[in-house]
Amino acid sequence: MSVRTEHLPPPVSTIGRRAWLRQNLFSSWLSSLITIVLGGAIVLLVLLFLEWAVTDARWGVVTTNFRLFLIGQYTADAAWRVWLALMVVSVLTGVSAASTASRATRTLAIGLAAGQLLLSLIALFSDLGPLVGAALAFNGALVLAAYFGGLRFPFRGRIRTIAWVVAVPALFVLLQGIGRPLLPVVPTNLWGGLLLTFLLSVGGIVLSFPVGVLLALGRRSELPVVRLLSTIYIEVIRGVPLVTLLFIAAIMLPLVLPGGIRIEHVFRALAGITLFSAAYVAENVRGGLQAIPSGQIEAANAIGLNAYQRNRYIVLPQALRSVIPANVGLFISLLKDTTLVAIAGTGLLELLGIGRAVVAQPAWIGAQLEVYIFISAVFFFLCYVMSQASYRLEEQMGVGKR
Amino acid sequence: MTDEARTATATAPQDSPDKAAGDDIIVCRDVHKWFGQLHVLRGIDMNVKSGEVVVIFGPSGSGKSTFIRTINRLEEHQRGQIIVDGIELTNDIRNIAAIRSEIGMVFQSFNLFPHLTALENITLGPIRVRKWSKDKAEQTAMELLSRVGCPEQAKKYPAQLSGGQQQRVAIARALAMRPKIMLFDEPTSALDPEMISEVLDVMRELAGSGMTMICVTHEMGFARAVANRMVLFDEGVIVEEGPPSQIFGEPEQERTKQFLSQILH
Repeated sequence: MSVRTEHLPPPVSTIGRRAWLRQNLFSSWLSSLITIVLGGAIVLLVLLFLEWAVTDARWGVVTTNFRLFLIGQYTADAAWRVWLALMVVSVLTGVSAASTASRATRTLAIGLAAGQLLLSLIALFSDLGPLVGAALAFNGALVLAAYFGGLRFPFRGRIRTIAWVVAVPALFVLLQGIGRPLLPVVPTNLWGGLLLTFLLSVGGIVLSFPVGVLLALGRRSELPVVRLLSTIYIEVIRGVPLVTLLFIAAIMLPLVLPGGIRIEHVFRALAGITLFSAAYVAENVRGGLQAIPSGQIEAANAIGLNAYQRNRYIVLPQALRSVIPANVGLFISLLKDTTLVAIAGTGLLELLGIGRAVVAQPAWIGAQLEVYIFISAVFFFLCYVMSQASYRLEEQMGVGKR
Repeated sequence: MTDEARTATATAPQDSPDKAAGDDIIVCRDVHKWFGQLHVLRGIDMNVKSGEVVVIFGPSGSGKSTFIRTINRLEEHQRGQIIVDGIELTNDIRNIAAIRSEIGMVFQSFNLFPHLTALENITLGPIRVRKWSKDKAEQTAMELLSRVGCPEQAKKYPAQLSGGQQQRVAIARALAMRPKIMLFDEPTSALDPEMISEVLDVMRELAGSGMTMICVTHEMGFARAVANRMVLFDEGVIVEEGPPSQIFGEPEQERTKQFLSQILH
């Protein structure tokens, strides 16, 4: 008997399309029956929905109120500022995505471009008119143009950070205004719709992440007071519903604060969301911290790193990488929880709040379904972009591989 | 409780602390350590001269790893005195940092940083602690990778390396800080047999270069060839110490004979 020495290729799969169908859907008479019944039901439901969507549905409820859905009661004459701000964000996002050379940021940029292009299609036939539609389409295209421009002339990381740090407050001032006659003030309690949803969720994510990381480190600190305070904070916040926190932030806070201090409506809501979310981020990150083998910390100590360096270069990079899926899940629910702002009586109407107001209009009684389908579609789009970006981020950082 | 334990377990030290000459780079006097109620180091006296290679061996649980980990303060000793290069180990953070930067350590399980490449593992300490420029640190790192025989692995991540390569990169990482002393905590115990020799070769070369080394290992061939002194630990005390010729040839203690006969078969 001879010994085989050559390497053999793996056996080739011989399953064709027909065989695949038979194997997976029609393997026995029972599974054939289930396939036919379920398949038929799905086709029927889709057809019924399409028939309703094309013939009976009154999509006018969305198009005639489209400005409300996008920016809420933001002064109509000042709406151009929102489109201008979006333009700046589009350019920055495109350029940043190119210069980070990361598939995750590229996915976010594609999402921003696609989102604006989709909205522009609706805007063309809406109360906003073709001009705004064209502006949104232009912004969407601008993201892509900035991306390809950025590929050719890459930014340094530091310049990118500075650009965002300067742009965000500047855009906020632009949106709020500085007073007549230059830029009349638009009070933040008038900001609404998708604009507000976007501000609260992006702001909540960006702010709660670092706070949460600090809390997680605090909870594992060797200093007993820091550890105790972090633990108390996390446990208290996690034991309270977000609605109550928002209520406290919206109604109690102004009563408690001394007279002269007024915090803008949006900031109160943002603070509530951030403080709430940070406690959850902290617990996610703590899980990641605990998964780090003690040998890593010993090795970091042995080469003489101090506590800050140890966390910055050894512990956090590994811990945060392993909790990306959990944190993105958290941020997706944060995005959806921004809808609670309208319920908590903050006086702010984000996307869902606007939807409820629109449905209450006498002209559109009975058009709930159209409104909620539209709102669901918008939320689905936002969440889908986020989860796609997170898959790219996981791949890029090699979760479970290195 | 501590005093009782001390008198109960005190053994006659081989070197009296008074003998600590200026040449001694490590001086340990009556070092005690408890894990909870467990008395794991029960009065260790040991001096190490600059350039000396000391091999510590003994059964598992004898405190040998714990002892070398007290030398760079990965474990805190609770009684006694440890002086490294003239600096006494106390709770003063500056002292700990100063001592750690003079001591390189190699672990049984390598403990490379998995999110960094081999090169980044080696340059991290020099860049962040020694404040070297990136260029200088990388140049030194490449020299060290050549010295340990795997310069072509610089851009790879630890998971892409074999155990022997990982351990050699870990040795290069420790050497990159230009330490005066190297501690090896069972560096070959987690390796497949065919990879042990490549790590021992690097350690042998290092010993030849005059590095002060304390190695916890059961590689008796390595000990016989390289060690200036061998120290047998058992139950938290030093049972016997002496040059390899004495330990292998005419050990004074019955426990030494017994232990050697166990591991040499």
